[in-house]
Amino acid sequence: MEQEARVSIERSAVIPAGTINLRGRRRFGERIIETIVFICGAISIFTTTAIVIVLFQEAWLFFGSPEVDLTEFFSTTTWQPETGRFGIWPLMMSTLITSIIALLVAVPLGLGAAIYLSEYASPTARGYLKPILEVLAGVPTVVYGYFALTFVTPVILQGLLGKENVEIYNMLSAGLTMGIMILPLVASMSEDALSAVPRSLREGSYGLGATRLETSVRVVVPAALSGILAAVIVAMSRAVGETMIVALAAGAGPRFTFNPLQAAETMTGHIARISGGDISYASIQYTSIFAIALVLFFMTLLLNLLSGWVVRRFREVYE
Amino acid sequence: MTVAELSAVDMAQANGRYAVELHNTHIYYGSFRAVKDVSLQIERQRITAFIGPSGCGKSTVLRAINRMNDLIPGSRLEGRILFHGKNIYDPDVDPVEVRRRIGMVFQKPNPFPKSIYDNIMFGPRINGWRGTKAQADELVERALRGAAIWDEVKDKLHQPGTALSGGQQQRLCIARALAVQPEVILMDEPCSALDPISTLKIEELMLELRRNYTIIIVTHNMQQASRVSDYTAFFLMDADRAGQLVEYGPTEQIFTSPNDKRTEDYISGRFG
Repeated sequence: MEQEARVSIERSAVIPAGTINLRGRRRFGERIIETIVFICGAISIFTTTAIVIVLFQEAWLFFGSPEVDLTEFFSTTTWQPETGRFGIWPLMMSTLITSIIALLVAVPLGLGAAIYLSEYASPTARGYLKPILEVLAGVPTVVYGYFALTFVTPVILQGLLGKENVEIYNMLSAGLTMGIMILPLVASMSEDALSAVPRSLREGSYGLGATRLETSVRVVVPAALSGILAAVIVAMSRAVGETMIVALAAGAGPRFTFNPLQAAETMTGHIARISGGDISYASIQYTSIFAIALVLFFMTLLLNLLSGWVVRRFREVYE
Repeated sequence: MTVAELSAVDMAQANGRYAVELHNTHIYYGSFRAVKDVSLQIERQRITAFIGPSGCGKSTVLRAINRMNDLIPGSRLEGRILFHGKNIYDPDVDPVEVRRRIGMVFQKPNPFPKSIYDNIMFGPRINGWRGTKAQADELVERALRGAAIWDEVKDKLHQPGTALSGGQQQRLCIARALAVQPEVILMDEPCSALDPISTLKIEELMLELRRNYTIIIVTHNMQQASRVSDYTAFFLMDADRAGQLVEYGPTEQIFTSPNDKRTEDYISGRFG
C-alpha cells in the first residue's frame, strides 16, 4: 500500500484536474483496533455496573427482611446479627477512627516527603528515593497487617503505653500501620502536584528574595493545593476501604468505642470475617454484609465526588 | 517607607556612578562555558539594554547579577560581580539577600495564584513585614501606582492577579518587585509575551522608574532598546558557542556609529 501511495504521488503532477479520487480507502486495521478498545472500555463499565447491581440486590434483601429496621440500622450502636440487632455505628465508628489515625500519619509525613522530593532533593537523590517510595506502595497489605499485629502493637504501643493499657487488637495500631501504607500514595500524588507547579512561579518567588522554605510553603504548596487535597481524599478512601490490616490488627468483633487502644471491628474487617466463615447464603447475616458494603460504597463514592469538587474549587490557575 | 526613595538617591551620591560592575565574568553550565570574559559597568539610575541574537548569553549574564543562575544545577561563575563594592559571589554572601536588593521581572508574566493585594505583599511579608493594615494598604497602593497599574486594579485588589490581562500581569509583577524596594531591577525580555500597546505602557513605565531605580533589560527587540535605554551592550556567540560582550556604550553611539563591524551588521539587520 505504501508503494502504491508513492507511485500515486509521483503521478499526481500529471493527473488532469477533476480526476483525483478522494474517496476513503477501507482501513481494516483501524476498525479492528477501534472495536477492541471499545470492548475493553465496555467490559470495565459493565463489571462495575454489575457489581453495584448485585450490591443493591442483596442489600435490598437485607433491608426488606422483617428483622431489619432502617432507622434502627442508622441510629443504634449495637451490631449483633445473632440477636438480630443491626446498628451500623460500631462498625462505622471503627472505620472512621482507624482512617483518621491513618490520615494523621500519612498526610504530614507524605506531604513532607513530597516537598522534600520536589523542592529540596537533587535530581540524583530523587532518582533513588522515588522508586523506593513506590516499592513501599507495592508491599502486600497482609504484610502490613502482620507488621501491625506482631510489631507495632506489642513492641511500640505496649512498650510505650504499658501492656495493661493496650489491647492486643486495637484500632491505633491498625490506623498507624495503615498510615504507613497510604503514605507513598499521599507522597507520590502530592509530589506530582508540586512538580506540576511551573518553574516560573518559583523563580518569581526567589527573585523577590524568598528562601527555599518560603517558596515551598507560600508559593508552591498553595499553587498545588487542589492536587494535594485530592491526594488526601484518595488516601482517605483507600484507608476506608482497606481490609487486610484492620482485619488482622484492629479487632474481630464489633464494638462501639471511641478509645483507639481498644479492639473494634471495622466495616471491611467485619465483611471479610463473615464472608470467610461458613454461613448460609440464605441467612440474614450473609445479606447483612452486603448492606455494610453498600454503606461503604456510598462513603467512598462520596469521597471521590468530594475530591472532584475540591480539585475544581481550589484549583489555582497559574497560566 | 520613604526609605527606598531616599536610599536610591543617597546611594547614587554616596557610592559613585555604578550600580553593578562585572569583572572578567565567565559563566559555566557544567563543563559548557556559556559566557566568556564579560566586563562591564552598569550606571546607576539609567536603563541598560542587553541585546544580541538568541543563545548569545545575554539572559545568562542578566540572571548572574542577582544569582538566579544558582537555581540551575551545575551552573558556576568565575570572575567578580560587584554590588556596592562587594563581590556578590563571595562565599559569605547570601543569594537571598542579593535578590532582595536586585529584583527581577521575567519574560512571561508570573503573578502568583493569589490576589493582587497578596501578590504585592508577598515580598514585604517574607522580609518580615510588621506594619499595620493601613501601612500595608499604603504600600500596596504605592507599589501599584509605581507600576502604573493602580487605576486599573484599585477596585479589585482582592481578585486573583492571574485574572488580569498579560500586560496588566506584567505590570503587577513589576509592582511586586517594587514593593520590596530594590535598587536594581533586572528585566528579562519583559515585553516579549505582550501586545504592542502593553509593550508601550511598560516602556513608558521603565522611563518613569529610571528616576529611582537602575534598570537592566534584556531584549530581542532592537527598536525597544533604542527607544528606552541609555546604554546598550551587544553580545554575540563566539566560535565555541560561548557568549561574549562585543561592544558596550551609550545607546545612541551603538545604534548610529558602532565601533565593531559585527555590531553594525546586527543593528542593520544583516543577521540575527
